[in-house]
Parts: sequence; structure tokens; C-alpha cells
Amino acid sequence: MSAARDELLARIRAALADVEPVAVTRAYREVGTLDRASVVERFVERIEDYGATVIRSSDPAVAVAALLSGRVVIVHELPASLRPSGVELIEDDGLTALQLDEIDAALTTCAAACAETGSIALDGGPGQGRRALTLVPDLHVCIVRVADIVETVPELIDRLAPSAREGRPIVIVSGPSATSDIELARVEGVHGPRRLVVVLHDCPTVMSIPQT
Amino acid sequence: MVRACAPFIWRKFLPVPPSRAAARDAAPVVFPQAARAGLANAQLRANLNAATTTIREKRAQVVAEVGDWEELRDAAAAIKDSALHRLDTVLLELEATVTKARGIVHWARDAAEANRIVVDLVRATGADEVVKVKSLATDEIRLNEALEAGGIRPIETDLAELIVQLAGERASHLLVPAIHKNRTEIRDLLRVALDRPDLTDEPTELTAAARLHLRAAFLRARVAISGANFAVAETGTICVVESEGNGRMCTTLPETLITVMGIEKVVPEWRDLGVFLQLLPRSATGERMNPYTSLWAGVRAGDGPSAFHLVLLDNGRTRALADDVGRPALRCIRCSACVNVCPVYRRVGGHAYHTVYAGPIGAILQPQLSGESGQAGSLPFASSLCGACADVCPVKIDIPRILVRERARAVAAERQGLEGATLRRLGRILSDRRRYERAQRLTRVLQRPALRDGHLRWFPGPLGGWGESRDLPGVPAQTFREWWEARERGA
Repeated sequence: MSAARDELLARIRAALADVEPVAVTRAYREVGTLDRASVVERFVERIEDYGATVIRSSDPAVAVAALLSGRVVIVHELPASLRPSGVELIEDDGLTALQLDEIDAALTTCAAACAETGSIALDGGPGQGRRALTLVPDLHVCIVRVADIVETVPELIDRLAPSAREGRPIVIVSGPSATSDIELARVEGVHGPRRLVVVLHDCPTVMSIPQT
Repeated sequence: MVRACAPFIWRKFLPVPPSRAAARDAAPVVFPQAARAGLANAQLRANLNAATTTIREKRAQVVAEVGDWEELRDAAAAIKDSALHRLDTVLLELEATVTKARGIVHWARDAAEANRIVVDLVRATGADEVVKVKSLATDEIRLNEALEAGGIRPIETDLAELIVQLAGERASHLLVPAIHKNRTEIRDLLRVALDRPDLTDEPTELTAAARLHLRAAFLRARVAISGANFAVAETGTICVVESEGNGRMCTTLPETLITVMGIEKVVPEWRDLGVFLQLLPRSATGERMNPYTSLWAGVRAGDGPSAFHLVLLDNGRTRALADDVGRPALRCIRCSACVNVCPVYRRVGGHAYHTVYAGPIGAILQPQLSGESGQAGSLPFASSLCGACADVCPVKIDIPRILVRERARAVAAERQGLEGATLRRLGRILSDRRRYERAQRLTRVLQRPALRDGHLRWFPGPLGGWGESRDLPGVPAQTFREWWEARERGA
């Protein structure tokens, strides 16, 4: 195995005998320019465009309760203020994939969101849980704090940098699962959740999740 | 059109009689021959035209939204070049960060070595099937065949890959492998393959059938195999960009995850993803962002696989890296924008290329990876050099320039053979007056059966293909020189 490594590296070094180092100029837009309200408007418009449902609420628990039925998986750290009543909440304690398949929905928060692309990002932080939770159940309800929405993709990537450096797995989600494999016609709902609901939470003070 | 571009490799245009074609068996045929099948298939051309027109329009719309598109392209090209120009250092950094995150890094010089590594890894788990995320690198090394030979059943989970696998066909497009099939053809296939005679040709229904079919495979899978869109050296992060959620299923649920990645996929810094995650989805599917982007480093306790293997694949990439003109082809992020705008691809389809990388990028990449002789050497001629591919390329690969370069290398490779010997002889004849005049007199006799209205209408043997689309004036009954000499003598 190390013979392969040595030979491969030797091939690369031989191939690069003539090259100069390349400097990278980053003249693209790294930071957005829109005001807060426009950032939120754009996020809503773009994530709806890709088939997600958006609900704005100052009381997410109530808004979420109206959406959900049956059994809903959450993480232990999800604050009481975000927990809906009237549904069976199941705290994830290492459910198997088969057990998750029997659950109707997942309710999580997110790490950040991006307006330009209508995306939410999950990094397994408090309120989000492991990746399988938001993958196997057919409905994902995600509570997004307005303060967590950035405008551009470089800003989103920048927000996620500490998680990446810590080695946390990250998923960037833009709408429900979809395919364009048949005649390039977009069909929403394949293997990942067939429905994505974003609850836009206007009041950042209500949700103070302790950082672990 | 294709033919006119390549006067010097006429041997390739010889139509092969059925008996010889059968004798060649599975040996891939050169592009101009292979293109005939696609050109003759009206259904295929209609499917391709509809699909590529749709995606070109979608791409144009979402690219127009981005005010700094050109700046992003410039940065992307520079980032890729900066990684390629110190690829040894960047790969060693990736190895270190992945290892630190408790992943295991393997190095593979060629396809056989990569396949052996993967088959051994799967065997060690005791699993007899694997779920696969769509991956061009594993298509390139024919991993599925190696797995099957090793008694392991590969299950393709991307819808289009599944369609192609069930049909026993090959992919015909980098991104939409079943682009050559329309909904009715797919319905007919799934009715039989999934035993669902109830299916209609509605894409939502066909997609739901695939979801049902694959659900059980995802939930029981113990091993998954993926490719990688990007790998970040700084953080050890592997990035898989997808739409259906099959990629998330494969990279999240099984105990063991094996990623096979070409060595050119590495980018130096985490922030580089801020550039590529804008360029790739818009160029590929014409979306602002694909539904799911998975990013992970090694293994994470309590979340996802407990074992992660990264196989770094050369398989000809260092050959491409050594060529200063062709090197930028390794910037490619496999978006397929060049494929969708290519006037040649749009008419002949992907199967004519006989490579995993169909279209303009394949026409430069395949000969670079595998050498310019034979079939791969015919691919750089599958172009009118119109340049549409370079205009849309998000990493600014000058595809026409490399096409011309690869043509030159293909011609040089051909010089070893019959064609080269013939051209050398022709050169001797044309460079000497006496030999030239002797050849004229000989041709005047030999050309008689082929002469119509003073032009040669067909050519013998291997010249036949060359002459099919050309008019060559025959040698006249009296040349100017002969007339002049006769006049001087008469005077």
C-alpha cells in the first residue's frame, strides 16, 4: 500500500517539474449587501420556490403543533418553548434506521440558513441531532431563527467553518428531496423527506439554546 | 461534419462490414462509427434534444441571477490550479486531516488496484451487497464488475443510475445517465424490472416506485460506496452533492463507508466550497442549490458510519497532470454544462463516446487519462471546435485548445501505423517532380472507373470514407505542364 502511495506521489512530483505556484484572487462577493428584511424575504421566496413550505410565527411551538401529527422525533436538547403539544414526541436515544422509518416527522432547529439559495444547514448542534433524524422520516420541520439567515453562500460556508474544523458532519438542505432524472422534469419527494416545512422564528430571544 | 475535421485519420471512418464488426466483439469502436447508431435513432435524438434544451434554459436563467459569475469562475479556476500545482502537498494534507478524523486513506495507482482495495474492504465486513451513490470515478474503474466478480452485489441508488443498471446499459450523460430514455421507455423498463405492471409513465409515479424499491436496501445496508465532488485538505471534509437523498442515505446509515475519489478533486481550503457550491449546482442541474449537500470528515461518534475509507485514485490523472496544455482539464467538476451545449453530443448521444466521460470534457479527458491511441484518440475529433463548451465551463477549461492539442497527439500516435507509412510515402511522391509526374500518369489510368464529370466520386479501400464527403478533381487528360511542353515542342 505504501508502495502505491510513494509511486503516486513520485508521479505527481515528476509531472509538476515545470509549474509555478498559483495565487488565488477572490474578487467574488463574499458578503451580502441586502438589509435584514430583504434577506429574510429572499430566503422565503427561494426556499418556497424549491417546494418547501414556510410558516412565520412568533410562537413556533404553536405553529408546529398545527402541522404535526403522529410520532415526532426530537433531540433531548430541544427547548420546551419549541416543543409542540398534542403530538407524541420521541427523544432520540440511538433509534435504529428501521425505528426511524416508523416515525412520521422530525422536528429540529438549524445551524444557519442562506437566502440566496434558499438553504438551511444542519451541523448536529444543539436542537438538531444526528443526520439520520432529518433523513429517514418523511417530514422534516425545521425551526429557523431569523438571526441565523445569511445572504450569500460564502457567508454560509463561513458560518459553518467552526463546525467543519471540529469535524462535525454537515448537511445543507435546499427543499425536499427531488430528482430530475426522468426527462429532466423535477419531481419532489424521493428518498429524503418528501416534505420540508420551515418555521421562521422572528423572536430570537425566546430560543436560547445552551451551547454544549 | 465530424469527418471533415479529421482528414488524416481516414482509416477510422471506414465502415466496418458486419462480419468484422462481430469479430471485434466488445472492442469499442471509434467515435465516427459509433456516432452512426445515435444519428440514425430518431427517438434518441428527440429525447436528447428535449432534455438538453430544458437544462440549457434552466442553467442560463440561474447563471444570469449571479452578478459575480465571472469572478466566481476566475476564482474557481485559480483555486483548482493552485491545488493541482502543488498536488502532492495538498494530498498529504488531506491524508493527515482525514486520518486525524479517524478515516483510513488508501492510494491506488490504477483501476485494478482501486478495485482490489474496495473489494477487500467490503469482504472484510462480511457484507455481500453494497449501496452505491452515483460516482463517475467508480464507473471509470468499472467497480461494479469487480464487485460482482468478488461475489458482492452493487445496488445503484441514484434513480438514473438504477434505470441504467436495470436496463443493463451504460450511462450516456455525466449527470443524467438515463438522458437517452424518455418516460415511456423508463415505464416499460420498471414495469418488468420492479414487477410493477400497474405503473404509468408519470415521472412522479415512476420516482415513487424507485423510492419503494430502494427503501429496504437503504435500511438494511451495511456498506456504502460513494464518490466525492470535493475534498477539503484543510479540514479533511468530503463533499457529496446530490438531489434525491440517496447520497445522504448511503453516507449516513451504513456502518462502513468507502469513498473513491480522483486525486484532482481536492481543494485546499474550507472557504473554497463557498465558490464551488455556487458554480456546481447552477451549472449542473440549473438549480440555485441542489437539495442535499453532505459534508463529513472521517467518522463521528454517534452520527453515521463507524468506519470510513478514502481511496485516492490516479488511473491516468498524473499523465494528464504532466501535460502543460492539457493540465487544466483536471479542474473539471463534472457539472456537464459543456455536454448540454455541445452540438455534437446533442445529436449523437453519450454512448457514441464509449467512455464514462461523454461530451466535450470526455473528448479531452479520456485520451489524456488512457492515451491517444485507438478509440480514445478518435474522441478529440468529435467536435466542430465551436467553443460553446469553453463559454459555459464554470472552471474555465479552454476545451477547444486542449481538443486541438489532443488531436495533434492522436495524429502523432497514429503515425506509427499504416496511416503514418502511407503519409510518409505520399510525402516522398509530392516532394519530387519526376515521382509526382509518374504518379499523375499512373493515376490517369487507375482513376477511370471512379471518374464522373472530371471528379473522383469514390476511393478504393480505406480511402472510401474520406472520399464520401469530398470531391477531388481527377488528373486531367492533359496537365498544364504537359500542355506547355507540347506547345514548346510544337513552336
